[in-house]
Amino acid sequence: MSESLVHYVLVPFVKGLLTVILVATAAGILTWIERRGLGRLQIRKGPNRVGPAGFFQWIADVVKLVFKEDVVPSRAEKVIHLLGPLLLFTPAVVVLGLVPWGPEVTLFGVTTPLHAAADLNVALLLILAVSSIGVYGIILAGWSSNSKYPLLGGLRSAAQLISYEVPMGFAIVAAVLMAGSLSMVEIIEAQKEAGIWFVFPGLVAFFLYFVSGVAETNRTPFDLPEAESELVGGFHTEYSGFRWAIFFMSEYGNMISIGAIATTLFFGGWLRPFPNVAWLSFLDVIPPFFWFAGKVFLFLLVYIWFRATFPRYRFDQLMALGWKALLPISLANLFLVALAALWGAAGLKVLGAVLVLLVAGGLVAAWRRPARASVTTRMAAEKVEVRA
Amino acid sequence: MSETTPGTAAQFPPLEGPPLLGLHEMELNFGPQHPSTHGVLRLVLKVDGERIVSARPDIGYLHRGTEKLFETETFPMVVPHTDRMDYVASATNNHAYVLVVEKLLGVEVPKRAQYIRVLLDEMQRISSHVLWLATAALDLGAITPFFYTFREREVILDLFEEYCGARLTLNCMRIGGLPVDLTPGWLEKVRAFTEPFEKNVDEYEELLTENRIWKQRTIGIGVLDEKRCIEWGMTGPVLRAAGKAWDIRRAIPYEVYPELEFDIPVGKNADTYDRYLVRVAELRQSRRIVLQCLDWLEKNPGTEIRGKVPRVIKPPAGEAYAAVEAPKGELGFHLVASGGNKPYRLHVRPPSFINLQALPEMAQGHLVGDLVAVIGTIDIVLGEVDR
Amino acid sequence: MSEDKTISPETPAPEPVSKAPETPAPAAPEPRPVPAAAPAPAAAAAAAPKPAVPAVPAAPPKPAGPKPTDASGKPLVAALAAAVPGSVLDAYEFVGETTVKVDPGKLVEACRHLKDAEGFTYLVDLTAVDWKERDPRFDVLLLLHSFSRGQERLRLKAAVGESCPSVTGVWLTANWMEREVFDMYGVRFDGHPDLRRILTWDGFQGHPLRKDFPVEGIDTGAAIYPERYPEGGGPGPKDPNRKVLS
Repeated sequence: MSESLVHYVLVPFVKGLLTVILVATAAGILTWIERRGLGRLQIRKGPNRVGPAGFFQWIADVVKLVFKEDVVPSRAEKVIHLLGPLLLFTPAVVVLGLVPWGPEVTLFGVTTPLHAAADLNVALLLILAVSSIGVYGIILAGWSSNSKYPLLGGLRSAAQLISYEVPMGFAIVAAVLMAGSLSMVEIIEAQKEAGIWFVFPGLVAFFLYFVSGVAETNRTPFDLPEAESELVGGFHTEYSGFRWAIFFMSEYGNMISIGAIATTLFFGGWLRPFPNVAWLSFLDVIPPFFWFAGKVFLFLLVYIWFRATFPRYRFDQLMALGWKALLPISLANLFLVALAALWGAAGLKVLGAVLVLLVAGGLVAAWRRPARASVTTRMAAEKVEVRA
Repeated sequence: MSETTPGTAAQFPPLEGPPLLGLHEMELNFGPQHPSTHGVLRLVLKVDGERIVSARPDIGYLHRGTEKLFETETFPMVVPHTDRMDYVASATNNHAYVLVVEKLLGVEVPKRAQYIRVLLDEMQRISSHVLWLATAALDLGAITPFFYTFREREVILDLFEEYCGARLTLNCMRIGGLPVDLTPGWLEKVRAFTEPFEKNVDEYEELLTENRIWKQRTIGIGVLDEKRCIEWGMTGPVLRAAGKAWDIRRAIPYEVYPELEFDIPVGKNADTYDRYLVRVAELRQSRRIVLQCLDWLEKNPGTEIRGKVPRVIKPPAGEAYAAVEAPKGELGFHLVASGGNKPYRLHVRPPSFINLQALPEMAQGHLVGDLVAVIGTIDIVLGEVDR
Repeated sequence: MSEDKTISPETPAPEPVSKAPETPAPAAPEPRPVPAAAPAPAAAAAAAPKPAVPAVPAAPPKPAGPKPTDASGKPLVAALAAAVPGSVLDAYEFVGETTVKVDPGKLVEACRHLKDAEGFTYLVDLTAVDWKERDPRFDVLLLLHSFSRGQERLRLKAAVGESCPSVTGVWLTANWMEREVFDMYGVRFDGHPDLRRILTWDGFQGHPLRKDFPVEGIDTGAAIYPERYPEGGGPGPKDPNRKVLS
């Protein structure tokens, strides 16, 4: 076998296949983690029948969904109805393929970056472009079902996803400014060179990115397109069986990719904490891939935590938050980061220190605020006695 | 507004301005198989985008002809039927029914039985309000309070089970008193239940009361001021959240309520958030009442749980009406007796049914997402609406 | 056990009225007068409604239960009679509740007066009773509540045939209550804005709470196509399972 065949055909094929399998498996395992985690947060057990601690529950679920009857509404647009889930799932996988999971590794005599696709110099642009395609999946799924609740869900998601792409894009631009590159690998290397994760100078950008990411993945508190108590199932009301499972996998795949991108842009990707501090080098025992996976996993836990904590926004409030709050903040932040980046690495460090101090101060102030003040003012009277 | 009558076109004027893009309103069938209609409520919505132009409730999916069945049963046999109306608060249903028969019979209920009845009522109120809190939060997407509130509810249902053998359809009152005396040690268990209760309610409040999203979703939603509330016949927490301190336990007292100390929490903004606050405050007040009942029952042990009731219950001919403050509002029974051993006519005044009437007015102009908040805030049980 | 004298009063003294009968064998009720104590002159006193159970004649006389007392002298009733002449046909008090028999023709006027002048702003309940063999067959009962008059309640009673004036113009809450009465009894409320069935389904035939409606219900087909089921559906008149309330 010639070297080029291995290098250009076999290895990409294997890595691509691995990515698809990884997304599907990770989505399955993630459902188990989510259900167990929610169970812990909600003083109940969660799945506990199939396998140890219910671990194989997700396999049982997959088997059930695959063998379930695939119901298509009789007046649906059949082709588009089929296309919807695929349009949502494909971008989720492609985006994960563009994220580097680790530096170069050598396996079976082949040295290759741990990266499904090549290290593109426009990777971030491609990610933004590809991930916006997912919106079409949701809209078309909602529209083609020929039913009113999915239609409402599809329209909601169209508005929501487009609105939140904007602050998300600006947050990513802030990271690009700090790194000076669009390549994912170079962004990670830049964080090593700067000696500081971009999360500190880019605190606001990270916050914006993560909030928009939660909105992009339709998770609580922005789960309006599939708000169960309002729109039954939202855009996937009319889906069942394997097609529904694909929607489900894409949601979790999207969660993973949002976490992966956030890790890469703001948390140093596969780098260990403080990559330039020599005496912390014992941390290198853990391979880079696991540092990367661990950071992504933390993001996923935050998603689950959100789900257990928050009620859901209303649609107009969601749009107001996106356009009236996040967008101006992201613009101001972009300006600030650009100024700091002009100054170089020192500027980034100063900006990071200032932001961390501000956030810490804000937390202390919030902690001291009396909690129930507004309640007493709202109640007309704490004690009212009415005698006949 | 007072000139227009509900259900007519005049009450729901179209939104201002021409419809966008020349589109017309969409008719949306909300329910009866919808996750947040609390049973089988069906609403026919007219929506302009997501804004509700009109909402028309369509009820009756759970109609079982309970009032017809009442007429075929003797007076004591009616009690279990009343359980099935508001099935999350059956003790108060039993109570309202036995009160009206006792009123007609002129039976004196022993003090001990009265205290136990009040105790059961208040525990039922706690369990009903707690379930309301759970489902209302769930409607707005907060899933965690649901599981936490079931701590309280499970304990209460276990206590009910120990007292009368049933958890939901209690059948726990008899004309003239109670079916059975308390089991030994029951009062201590109730007291043990009340101890962590305040702390648990604090936890619910911590999850919701100051939660920004919760406040954004509930403040100013479904406003129905005091005047409109009375016009629509709204009672219970909905009326109290509008600022009217009116509670049947104080206004038309029954049983031993005049001897008990409790406050009537009152809101002032008449919106969903105030109704939430009122209900949470009522949880705490109910605990106060439970504690007072426990104190009295522990100080005054006895066995007398039934008054002197004739073997065959034949109230004199005539009409009578008696009402209790059910968790949802005024629950009344309107009895027309003809001198026989069966009610000639027994009509229920169900709070859910009456309160649901105002839903179109409360929901109009809001978004679909608010509609579930409004349905939740009225606190309906379809078993009672449809009977 | 019972130290406290409040626990076990051997002979409880009922506060509201005299005690219920309990002494002799409660074989059957005495053939009481009409439930609506003294039927109004307008209400065709001849056709007395039958009690729910067949009354066994010659029951021993026993202490009667609470008796209605005349309440037409109450200021509230007098004021109503003066404000809406001819509206009050009779008034009595029974177990602490005041009932005024109203002329159906003056019902809305009387309600308007009670709401505006007397402060009965809250309509608690509106329902009907079927006296199968009486001439104006139904009694419509309204229960009013006044917050301003010390939580006073007042029952209005109007003997009507199959049509009755609607009070939805007075209290909004009467809307569904009247729809329910229409659904269950077939009493049409004139002036109601939206008189449709509410608890039974659209297209249902028959009015379930009428005394001649079988408890077992009627056949669904009969409910939709009454002309094809001449006997009203359900168990036929000769069917032993058929149980029609008296």
